[in-house]
Amino acid sequence: MSQTPELLVRDLHVAVEGKEILKGLSLEVRKGEIHALMGPNGSGKSTFANTLMGHPRYEVTAGEILFKGQSVLEMEPDERSRAGLFMAFQYPVAIPGLSVANFLRTALNARLAPASNGDGAVPARRGIAPREFRALLQEHMKRLRMDESFATRYLNDGFSGGEKKRAEILQMALLKPEIAIMDETDSGLDIDALRIVAEGVNALAGPHLGVLVITHYQRILNYIKPDHVHVMVDGRISISGGPGLALELESRGYDWVREGKEVTAP
Amino acid sequence: MSSEPATLGIRDSYTEKYGFHDREQAVFKTRRGLDAEIVRQISEMKGEPAWMRDYRLKALEIFEKKPLPTWGGNVSAIDFQNIYYYVKPTADEKKSWEDVPADMKRTFDRLGIPEAEQKFLAGVGAQYDSEVVYHKIKENLEKQGVIFLSCDHGLRDHEELFRRYFGTVIPSTDNKFAALNSAVWSGGSFIYVPKGVHVDVPLQAYFRINTRDMGQFERTLIIVDEGAYVHYVEGCTAPTYSSDSLHSAVVEIVVKAGGRCRYTTIQNWSNNVYNLVTKRALAYRDATMEWVDGNLGSKLTMKYPSVYMMEPGAHGEILSIAFAGRGQHQDAGGKVIHAAPHTSSKIVSKSISKDGGRAGYRGLVKVAKGARDCRSTVNCDALLLDEASRSDTYPYMEIEEERVTIGHEATVSKIGDEQLFYLQSRGINKDEAAAMIVSGFIEPIVKELPMEYAVEMNRLIQLQMEGSVG
Repeated sequence: MSQTPELLVRDLHVAVEGKEILKGLSLEVRKGEIHALMGPNGSGKSTFANTLMGHPRYEVTAGEILFKGQSVLEMEPDERSRAGLFMAFQYPVAIPGLSVANFLRTALNARLAPASNGDGAVPARRGIAPREFRALLQEHMKRLRMDESFATRYLNDGFSGGEKKRAEILQMALLKPEIAIMDETDSGLDIDALRIVAEGVNALAGPHLGVLVITHYQRILNYIKPDHVHVMVDGRISISGGPGLALELESRGYDWVREGKEVTAP
Repeated sequence: MSSEPATLGIRDSYTEKYGFHDREQAVFKTRRGLDAEIVRQISEMKGEPAWMRDYRLKALEIFEKKPLPTWGGNVSAIDFQNIYYYVKPTADEKKSWEDVPADMKRTFDRLGIPEAEQKFLAGVGAQYDSEVVYHKIKENLEKQGVIFLSCDHGLRDHEELFRRYFGTVIPSTDNKFAALNSAVWSGGSFIYVPKGVHVDVPLQAYFRINTRDMGQFERTLIIVDEGAYVHYVEGCTAPTYSSDSLHSAVVEIVVKAGGRCRYTTIQNWSNNVYNLVTKRALAYRDATMEWVDGNLGSKLTMKYPSVYMMEPGAHGEILSIAFAGRGQHQDAGGKVIHAAPHTSSKIVSKSISKDGGRAGYRGLVKVAKGARDCRSTVNCDALLLDEASRSDTYPYMEIEEERVTIGHEATVSKIGDEQLFYLQSRGINKDEAAAMIVSGFIEPIVKELPMEYAVEMNRLIQLQMEGSVG
């Protein structure tokens, strides 16, 4: 606990199209920890996730985000990814014509080869051998109980809700991030799919990974056990506590957090 | 990236990979411009029969009478009197690369042609300016009676067969540029596939312009006899010059009963080439004609491969990809003409525009009176990479029969910020992410290509995409 946290967010202010959404959010996540960030709709949870990953629509107006001691604010999303940040999307977009396997191999190789970001030069490709990649992919897909044919399907194109979320976990497993943000990964999942996804996250969790689970509902926390729970209201974290806080929210709703800030969680 | 002058970045590595040129060393060159004397000179150089010379001279008259088209792209800047219409690079064509002059061989080596021939082709023709400098077909095909020659040698060695079909699919009166080609044609391919013969691996022709201010006017005639099959592939590149070149080909194809012909084009001209081409096929009873037409290069392309379905059971298919970058206009598409009942056709068009480029689909579905129970589907999708680029769709329908099934779908989409962000969030840089989205967009067509060409197509798309998103 003594070393600098891998992810350090300090007094973050973020605006979208001129409207301030995050109003001074601070948070620390270390490798080996699981954090849950909860909050009602519109509190800014997804804004926070997208800002961490560098979505161009979100403008940081004040504060800082340090990842492994370095500010990421000037980094492109792909640079953040290669540095070890990952976000599992709430709504993964479809890329018709791009197969899951081709996409994942490119993403993996982008980590192995020197990048050419924008200067037009084609990097010397080293990368993973096709056979080795196929074996690796099969192994991870098996763990997530995905059919082999999944690799040849077009990315998120015609996927069910559960397939999309499993595909996100598959990407996370292959890319091996140091800090992973799960943006409402539980939304739209039935209980079986939720269990599979949660098992996937739990299998990856450990001393080399820090996880930030962003959720509206307590339900996913029955499967992914957080060490720390934060409640976000109106663009900032209003309470932090241990696992018990999530249960309290479940029974009492979010209103008491909004009203009284005097409550201290167990 | 931001410090580059605005004029750079236009297919930069095109210049390096394809845009180079050899020292000019033509053995013969007509003077600039076009008149009857030049047409006679070309015919004389080739030692042609009188009927062909007269055909050329008549075509020249037609060319001179016809006005320039005022639709499609802007062709008014073409200076017809500044062009060299015939540039003969060598004394004669060779059957061995060793005998091809060193400069030219080196050029084709750089373009990977001899290597491709070794690996996956049944025959290759390599044209350099106006003439074919290398031509060869695998012996086993020759033994089966397959003819694959330059068009000039086709006329010389198989005059009767040649004359029976030449100009019957596309007469010189068809349009101004078909007339021009008919007057000054040189090079191209002549193919005959005998009854029932399947040419399992592709035949390829490669067209290379080297000389500045020249026009290349190859002529191709393909006859696929009953129950036969052939896949013909053409590729082309040219040096990047500051003045414009003209490429105006005519391709005529006859597919007889039960035959099948697939014609694949990977057009990658430099951005100073006007590419104005007429391509047409006749498909008879139960015959299939497929055009796979990829247009990536050129300043302006106007090309609409067409299939005339002449008898019941004929099927026509046109798969078209057009990619227009800065300063480029791709007016591509296709035409299907149902001239007989129980015929079917399919057109799939994918156009991509970026950096202010303009790519579009122009197509015609025609069903003649009495051609009952025909089916036709047209899908055209356009992808715009930025606000400055443009896409046009001109789907013409002339349906003179009621009992037909015609489907038409068109979409226009913009490359999405959300798609780019998603791929970037996985560590893929923005350029590569955009290229992946574009490759995905054309995947339904690319997957129809033999593996080697699919790889080539994706590589060329990558090249087009360089530095395209800021």
